[in-house]
This record gives sequence, structure tokens and C-alpha cells, in this order.
Amino acid sequence: MKYMLLIHSGAVDEQGGAPQCTVEDWMAYDKAVRDAGIHVSGESLADLVTATTVRVSPTGERTVTDGPFAETRELLGGFLVIDVPDLDAALDWAARCPGSRDGGAVVVRPVADFGA
Amino acid sequence: MAGGDASAGENRPAVGGDASAGEGLPAAGADASAGEGLPAVGGDASAGDAGVAVEAVFREERGLLLASLVRRFGDLDLAEEVTSEAIEAALRHWPAEGVPARPGAWLLTTARRKAVDRLRRDQAYAARLAVLRADAERAETVAPAPDAARIAELPDDRLQLFFTCTHPALAAEDRTALTLRCLAGLTTPEVARAFLVPTATMAQRIVRAKRKIREARIPFRVPGPDELPERLPGVLQVVYSVFTEGYAASSGPRLQRLDLAEEAVRLARILRRLLPAERETAGLLALLLLVHARRDARTGPDGEPVLLEEQDRERWDRTMIEEGRDLVVQALTGGPAGPYGVQAAIAALHDEAADVESTDWAQIVALYDVLLTLTPSPVVAVNRAVAVAMRDGPGAGLALLDALAEEPRLRAYPPYAVARGDLLTRLGRAGEAAVAYREALELAGTEPERAALRRKLGE
Repeated sequence: MKYMLLIHSGAVDEQGGAPQCTVEDWMAYDKAVRDAGIHVSGESLADLVTATTVRVSPTGERTVTDGPFAETRELLGGFLVIDVPDLDAALDWAARCPGSRDGGAVVVRPVADFGA
Repeated sequence: MAGGDASAGENRPAVGGDASAGEGLPAAGADASAGEGLPAVGGDASAGDAGVAVEAVFREERGLLLASLVRRFGDLDLAEEVTSEAIEAALRHWPAEGVPARPGAWLLTTARRKAVDRLRRDQAYAARLAVLRADAERAETVAPAPDAARIAELPDDRLQLFFTCTHPALAAEDRTALTLRCLAGLTTPEVARAFLVPTATMAQRIVRAKRKIREARIPFRVPGPDELPERLPGVLQVVYSVFTEGYAASSGPRLQRLDLAEEAVRLARILRRLLPAERETAGLLALLLLVHARRDARTGPDGEPVLLEEQDRERWDRTMIEEGRDLVVQALTGGPAGPYGVQAAIAALHDEAADVESTDWAQIVALYDVLLTLTPSPVVAVNRAVAVAMRDGPGAGLALLDALAEEPRLRAYPPYAVARGDLLTRLGRAGEAAVAYREALELAGTEPERAALRRKLGE
């Protein structure tokens, strides 16, 4: 069963950087996920200042805006899709993710399976 | 709901239609210890006793059947459906044909056959379950199964179901609802009554919780020994919260709801049997028994609360106290004590004392000190302050209570204001006591509590 781990960073301070885990932590985690044979896909997202939002109105008019900016305290910083047997296994991998520490949070969402 | 006459007879499956019809059997005040194993129950019942045997058997059997079927088929909905069908079949056949020699085995066989039939008819469903099966087997190889010795000591499959129903990924209230329904064998209307919500609301909540179990794939498994310290407190908490709602209802016309308290005792007994090596299962059961033993003395003729110091101790249930005390010893032997064991030890000291004056308050204060290190909470600190007042006098207790005045959790906690009022009264500071009682009156959730406070205020 596939689960998406939505990795939210903790509160970002004025300097733009929350006390985060080291790059080595992330590399070790990434390696563990791949070595376990459960990795489906995953990306880290570029800084939020690069984000752009698109909306299309009922009349087909396109609105493009800069942002969104950090109105909430937690920002989506990346995601990972893993294939594991059940929620307990997914929660274990979420707990091992460096993004779940230092005020961050990992939201675990099962990927909908329309084939079954 | 042992002794719950109100529910008896209204859930007979004679009329179809309602989704919950047939799931609920007349609550047969079955003794909590009945039905430890499927084949053991009602084995020698003759045909003439069929009605009685049917009632006595199902309450406990439902959870056992359900757990066994969930383990076999890996699907809670299917297991519930065929459990209900098997029980309906028993209600049809047994009164006429007599109770089979092994009623539990009969029910299980019948339910399994119905499940297999259902899967034959519905190939898509069967295919989905087959995928689940394959994944479950894969899970066993990915994460090695807990060691065999531990599994071997589990007498039935209900432990899996306990851990699923109380999974932390479910909302706290849903955990309690599912546990009452799947393990205590309450019907949806009965669970709704327990929560004082409409049946339709509860039905929706249960459907939503089961949907999460199915679609997020919350597994049916017993956590390994390494996970148990993290997961067991959650299971115990659900049973404890059922008890506290029964012991001191948070709202409604009555102070105590004995049906819920008895359900909790029953669930705690099952957990104790399923996890005999875990001392906190002994601690929880001991605590519930030692508190429940005072049920008849806790309320007066008009349902008003009677304080511990005013209770007629002759009316305490000595058999239950004896059982609880033995369990306290088990809970506190062989390692560091857990919070339920310590609370049970405190309850045992109260239960053993002839009156309030001869109660071993020094020992109780010492136990509250231990409890505060295990589960620091302002509520525990309030109880400790009251015990200190008994040991060292009301002034000492009041000083400790006043030091807690800034705790946000105590602002909406009536016992805090009541305890202050009582100590102020003992110190002869009637005016300040009245202010405290009025504060408590604003907060009290049940009518008997409010009536007792009005009496204290002389109104």
C-alpha cells in the first residue's frame, strides 16, 4: 500500500531558517528508505519565495499570483511516497524522518487506489 | 451492560431493516468472568434453557467471535456482518433445536461458512481481501513477528482487536466507541446512550472510524514487545476513560452510571487475562475494582454524592476489595510501579481503613509523590494536597492548593474549588469557603453535584 509522507518544516524564524536537522541526517534517511526497498518517489521543494499560485475562474479567466506565503506555521517542504504493508509501518517511517523533529511534522496520507 | 434492564429485549433481530438490528442481543447481566473460551460456555444447557443460555452466551462471545473472524479474514466489516448473522441464526435455531454442545464453536463455524459464502458471491471483495492477506504476510517478513513465546501466552484473538480499536491514529472518542462496540459487545444504540448522543450520530462516527481502519489500513496486529510500552498505555486509557465516565458522569442527571463502570471492569478483566505479564493490566483492574467496590456508598438516597469520609463503609463490596488488593500486590511486584498500580495502592489504603481518621495518610501522601513523578498533573497535585491536609492539617493542605491557583487546567475542574472550600471551612473561614463553593457550583456538570454544593452553601 502506498502512503505519501508530506513533510512540513517547523516554524521558520525571522532569518528564514528553523533549527533543522543536518544534511547528513536527510541523506541517511534517504538511504535507509531506498535500502528498505520501499521508495516510490519523493522530492524536496524549493524555497517558498519561488512559489506561484494559479486559479481559473468559472469563465475561464486565469489568475496568477505570487505565493502563497507562510501564513501557517508549517510549510510543506517536500514529500515522499513509500510502499509499505500497513499504516503502522508508514508511521514508523514517518517517525524516522528528520522532518518530524524540531517542531516539524510529517502528515501520512494513504494514496487512493482506484484499481481495487 | 451488566444488569442493564433498559436495553434488554429491545434489540432482538426479529425485524429487519435497521443496520444495527440483530447485532445487539439482550444484555444478559452475564458475570464478567463468564465465557473465557468459546467452547466452555453453556455446554450443558438443555433445550429448555435455550432462551437463558442464548442471552448468557452472546454478550461475551460476540467479541471473541469478532476477533477470531477479523484474524481469519482481515476485514472488520465482513467479520461484524457474519458475526451478527451467526448470532441471528443461533436465535432462530437454538430455541427450537436446543443449544448445541459447544455453542461457541457452532457460532464460529456458522460465521466462517457465511463469510466464505459471501466471498464466493462477491469476487471483487474477495480479490481485495486477498491483496490484504498478501500484504499482511509480507508485513510479517518485513517486520519480524513478535517472539513466539509472547504470542503463545495469548489465549484468544481479542488483543489484536484491542490494539486496532485503540490505535492512536483514531480520534480518542472513536477509540472508546469502537472498543465498546467490538470488545464490550454493545450495540450502536447502546454506545450512543453511553456517550449521550443520538444513535445516528454514533452510527456515523463508527462508520467513519471503520473506514479509516480499512482505507488507511490500520493493521490488526499485536505490537511487538519493543512497541508495547508505547502502545499499551493507550489501550488502558480507553478502558479507564470508560470507567471514569461511569464513575463520575461528566454530565447528565445522575452522578454514577454503573453500567459503564461495569463495562470497564469487564474490559479490564479481559485485558488482564490477555496480557498477564504486564503489571499495569493488574494495576488498572485493581484500581477499577477498589474504586467500584464503593459504588453503593458513593451516592445517597436522592443520588447526591457522599464524600469518602461520610460513606457507610459497611456498604463497600468486601469481595471486590479483596480481589483488588491481591491485584495491587501483583501490580507493584517485580519492577518499577506504573501509574495505575500506584493509584490502585492509594485506593487500597482507603478501602482498608475503618474510617478517615485511621487512614494511613502518610503512606497515601508518599504514593501521591510517586504518582506525581510518573504522571505530573495538577489534578494529581490537588489530590496530594488533600492528603497532606489530612496528615498535617487543613492549613498545610490549603497552602498547597493555593500554590496551584494559576494552573489553567484547574480553572474548569470543580473538585479543586470544592477542596479549597472544604479546607477553608475546616479553618473556620466561612466567607472564603462560600466563594469557593459558588465557583464550583458554576462548574459542576451533574445535578447531584450542584445540589450537594447548594447544601454546603446553606441554600
